[in-house]
Amino acid sequence: MDKQEVLRATVRKLLQNGQVSLVIGYANGTLPLRTAPVFIRTAEEADLLVWNSLCEYNLANYLPRYANDRIAIVVKGCDARALVGLLQENQVQRDRVYVIGVSCEGVVDRRQVAALVGGREVTAVEESPENIVVRGRGFEKLIPKKEAMFPSCRVCRYGNPVLADITIGDSVAAGEDAFDDIAAFENLPAPEREAYFVREMNKCIRCYACRNACPMCYCKQCFVDASMPQWLSRWVGTADNLFFHLGRALHLAGRCVDCGACARACPVGVDLMKLNRKLIKDARELFGYEAGLDPEGRPLLGTFNPDDPGPFTIRG
Amino acid sequence: MIINKSDIAAFLDSFRDEYRVFAPAVADGVSGYRILTAGSELTWQGLNTQRPPKEVLFPQSERLYSYEIGANGVQISAHYDDRKKVVFGIRPCDARSFHYLDYVFLGQEYQDVYYRKRRENTLLIGMACLEPAKTCFCTSLGGGPFATDGLDLLWVDLGDRYLVQVLTPQGKALVASKPFFSPASEADYRAAAAAEARARAQMLPALDLSRVKPWLDAGFNAPFWERVSEKCIGCAVCTYLCPTCHCFDLSDEAATDRFLAGVRIRTWDTCAFPLFTLHASGHNPRPTGKERFRQRVMHKFCYFVQNWGEAACVGCGRCVVNCPVNLDIREVLAQIAVQDAGAGMGQ
Repeated sequence: MDKQEVLRATVRKLLQNGQVSLVIGYANGTLPLRTAPVFIRTAEEADLLVWNSLCEYNLANYLPRYANDRIAIVVKGCDARALVGLLQENQVQRDRVYVIGVSCEGVVDRRQVAALVGGREVTAVEESPENIVVRGRGFEKLIPKKEAMFPSCRVCRYGNPVLADITIGDSVAAGEDAFDDIAAFENLPAPEREAYFVREMNKCIRCYACRNACPMCYCKQCFVDASMPQWLSRWVGTADNLFFHLGRALHLAGRCVDCGACARACPVGVDLMKLNRKLIKDARELFGYEAGLDPEGRPLLGTFNPDDPGPFTIRG
Repeated sequence: MIINKSDIAAFLDSFRDEYRVFAPAVADGVSGYRILTAGSELTWQGLNTQRPPKEVLFPQSERLYSYEIGANGVQISAHYDDRKKVVFGIRPCDARSFHYLDYVFLGQEYQDVYYRKRRENTLLIGMACLEPAKTCFCTSLGGGPFATDGLDLLWVDLGDRYLVQVLTPQGKALVASKPFFSPASEADYRAAAAAEARARAQMLPALDLSRVKPWLDAGFNAPFWERVSEKCIGCAVCTYLCPTCHCFDLSDEAATDRFLAGVRIRTWDTCAFPLFTLHASGHNPRPTGKERFRQRVMHKFCYFVQNWGEAACVGCGRCVVNCPVNLDIREVLAQIAVQDAGAGMGQ
């Protein structure tokens, strides 16, 4: 049986025997290259579930909304790490969640597919283990999945969920641990880095899709929404946009699991992973910390060790 | 009238001194209507831009007026924009959106002077859609790939030239006495009619929205809203990129270099955000995503119809394409259309 069949059978059973009352998974979307989050409550609906390389959302995002239900949730490797983060931060109760892990070889990035077909409208897509074939008016293109994969997936070492009550699919090989992209960016002269961020920030329309797609952005009131007093101007421009994105990136320091849900949610393609991955790299290099691996562990910013590096502390 | 494609740049340049010319263009990877600094910059090949053209009339952020309190009392200087503008290459759906914005900003009861000054000084040159996308649903909302509502001119691509349809005296004035235009032949009109028939045939069948408004009239408390909004993450993609969404926020920004002075700004706002209806008391009448999502649907397909006789949607498909979780408004409308009237609706 393929992963999708196992997934459906698993969910059918969970709902039939009343082990859970709600399952959050992926269904086919209304557009090619899109799946959609689906919330199912009956065994019959289990056939709506799909598993493919278009399962781009981090469904852990929805969990804190359902404090009183027993839920099963479909998670990829990165989603499982986000769930671990939510458990560490007491946003989700472990005994209320049945975790259906699916081993993941990376998700296809719509933006890269669009670039590869020159922005033409894709009206149909087919997937095989190695490739996707996209079609539109007057064109057909075979794209190796590797070429259209979301960048973080290419260097993902956690395709196998770190936390799961059942894991579907064979174990996948870990990617190469690489931050070449960030290292290269760090080495650019400061004016070039500044120009880059100015350009990225100018794209932002402050729709907050990034924040709202992020499982770790669960604050009841986001700092940008505070109005008494107001911390951030409603003006949409370089400085205020940067204030938001820096604030968000810092709030995610030691918490971001590199799932990329924010970047894929962004309607205008702001390079959000530049900031996120820089902080992931710093957490690794300065504190030897990786987010979302140990449900019993403590969040990086919730711990202090006198030996922590920190030129900004009195010890220096 | 006919204009050769090789003359477009010169045509646009012929009035760039008098008008600011907005045209679809990509800047930093994002498409929108941007000011052309030369007619030759026009390279856009696509259909709808990511950013909607409403921002030509209703920018995402604008300074309404500056104020200063001094010895002579309060001094206010308004920042009107009455520069003459041409929006070139606007699609028929987007042009219709201006018509809906007019209802709101140029109503009998209230006139928005900032909007009015821009609107009165803006001409719209439309571009007919030869190959509508699968996400286009303008024909469901009374529009069409060759619709002329709100336009001063409609251009139809005939390969190496455009057929130019003059729709208003202002449009006529823009092309009159310009050397680029020649009379169109019968064959040109026939080619344009055939192109329109082809474009219409390429569109998905129109949605039947006849049952939507009647159901919404009674469906405010229906359990339907719980489930249909479940995957919504509450961002502003659909509303900010919507060409007809027009809600805004006003705030004062104090000057940083002197006391008792500042500027009043207007910025886009959205029913999707919790802050949108948060009262000073702390009470929020739309406390969860369910109420906020319902408001978006209700405003577009119930209240707007009630107020102005038409739905506040032009079927451009931006919200469909860009929703981060594929919450497709077409699907929502189709679901509403098959809801059982009166069943479990509450009061």
